[in-house]
Amino acid sequence: VGIEAGINPTDHLITAYRIHGYTYTRGVSVKEILAELTGRKDGIAKGKGGSMHMYAKNFYGGNGIVGAQVPLGAGVALACQYQAKNEVCVTLYGDGAANQGQIFEAFNMAALWKLPCIFICENNKYGMGTSVERASASTDYYKRGDYIPGLRVDGMDVLSVREATRFAADYCRYGKGPILMELQTYRYHGHSMSDPGVSYRTRDEIQEVRGKSDPITMLKDRMISKNMASLEEIKDIDAEIRKEIEEAAQFATSDPEPPLEDLCN
Amino acid sequence: MAYLRSILRSGKNAVPAVLRREFHRTLPAAVQQVTVRDAIKEALDEELERDERVFLLGEEVALFEGAYKVTRGLWKKYGDKRIIDTPITEIGFTGIAVGAAMAGLRPVVEYMSFNFSMQSVDHIINSAAKTYYMSGGLQPVSIVFRGPNGAAPGVAAQHAQCFAAWYGHVPGLKVVSPWSAEDAKGLLKSAIRDDNPVVFLENEIMYSVPFEMSEESQSKDFLIPIGKAKIERKGNHVTLVSHSHVVSRCMDAAAVLAKDGIECEVINLRTIRPMDMEAIETSVMKTKHLITVEGGWPQFGVGGEILARIMEGPGFSYLNAPAVRVTGVDIPMPYAKHLEENTLPQIKDIVFSVKKTLNV
Repeated sequence: VGIEAGINPTDHLITAYRIHGYTYTRGVSVKEILAELTGRKDGIAKGKGGSMHMYAKNFYGGNGIVGAQVPLGAGVALACQYQAKNEVCVTLYGDGAANQGQIFEAFNMAALWKLPCIFICENNKYGMGTSVERASASTDYYKRGDYIPGLRVDGMDVLSVREATRFAADYCRYGKGPILMELQTYRYHGHSMSDPGVSYRTRDEIQEVRGKSDPITMLKDRMISKNMASLEEIKDIDAEIRKEIEEAAQFATSDPEPPLEDLCN
Repeated sequence: MAYLRSILRSGKNAVPAVLRREFHRTLPAAVQQVTVRDAIKEALDEELERDERVFLLGEEVALFEGAYKVTRGLWKKYGDKRIIDTPITEIGFTGIAVGAAMAGLRPVVEYMSFNFSMQSVDHIINSAAKTYYMSGGLQPVSIVFRGPNGAAPGVAAQHAQCFAAWYGHVPGLKVVSPWSAEDAKGLLKSAIRDDNPVVFLENEIMYSVPFEMSEESQSKDFLIPIGKAKIERKGNHVTLVSHSHVVSRCMDAAAVLAKDGIECEVINLRTIRPMDMEAIETSVMKTKHLITVEGGWPQFGVGGEILARIMEGPGFSYLNAPAVRVTGVDIPMPYAKHLEENTLPQIKDIVFSVKKTLNV
């Protein structure tokens, strides 16, 4: 949400497989996202892509091979530069993928050719079940770009993320080349549906983050304490959202699956 | 000797004027002798000119003018923006090219050898080939991957593998393997204009071979459709199906067999995927004998695929003998010249196979 607020809809974004939120912020309806998760014909990819492969205008997925999206993002940035429309590409990857060789190949070419690419490492402290200390010789992900300037940002604070993204986007738009941001964040649930998420960390750790640094709670508290919104207004927003999600869930479970004729189309 | 080979390879009566013992005369102005290398360059030049979105990237394509000089002169004409030298980072620059294609450009990626493309295979297949389908038709990837494939003289095992079967296996890719100069030009132009990812398998042995280029093929809009094979030589007794540099061997073998009264029909596949089975079947229905000839390894190869499909289709009931395949030997390519020569199908191997199939 913070990232999207710092760029324009005409800019570009690409990430790995944890895409449902990004697909939404890039303009796809909740209905189409949920219907894709349940493999229905009115899902955004017509049921052909599933949870990991959703696309939209200026949103390039949805990539299952972690690390691959980074050179792809640098390529989108190349196209931005080639077409001279003053656009940038936000290219996200996680702490797990951060050690992929192709990321460093992309860094090299992006810096060499001054591509307008904002590389963002979402560091949620665990690559699947492996903590950062067990995977990386250096966990200063914002420094791993070496010759590419890097910032470390509190990824749990929406406003910090927005400001940092604005700064990074301006940097790229001025033609100074690529820039790197590390967003420090956390993953509450397990890696995927089959991971309870507690064999490699303690429940206490999860509770603590939820209690002290939850982004939504933090923003809500800030808005209320500064009189930017009242408790009732927040309750109304909550109710509205709940309704929208329920309708979308209804649709996603009732919409028919794609017909067999679509198999080879 | 080299001259003789080039005459045989051109498959037509293109005897260079120099060898004629009569008065010196030049070829008719409309027909030209063009090497495969120059034909490829012409295709690139014309497509770069025609569409602003087309650009080239790869190692040594710009200032060095191409590792095999295929892109000579292009950087001088089009500059840094459209002809990009990359560092030696195949997976990185392939990913960048695919990303640029996703964002609407039309890149042509050069691999110094398709052996190096193995580093990039994830992007060719997972990022390019599968994307149009996975996105439900939302995200096309219009890109061409080109470069020399298969055998080259004296380069040994890591530089001589044929990837036709590997890439031919993948739905979502088109795979093209030209032989002649016209093939190279017409097919490369079609590949660049195609909205799908296309793997364009050239061959180093063919780069310097000249072919006659018809007047028609010299036009800037000369296209050869992807997916259509060509009958290079008509015959009634046996069908030889091949692709790339091995087509030359088949033509040479056919000339040898003709002296014994055996007329081979030589089919130049031109495209590996989608394969023109109709052309093969039509020919088999006439000749009743089929032999596939390729430079690649036997197991799970192009020949194996053709033989399986012949069994599944109408051609099977016309066969008078089992269809067979002649392939490269199932070993990594050795270095010593004599060993290397015997690792690829020789004229004598093709002749032997034909005579055995025909039971003569």
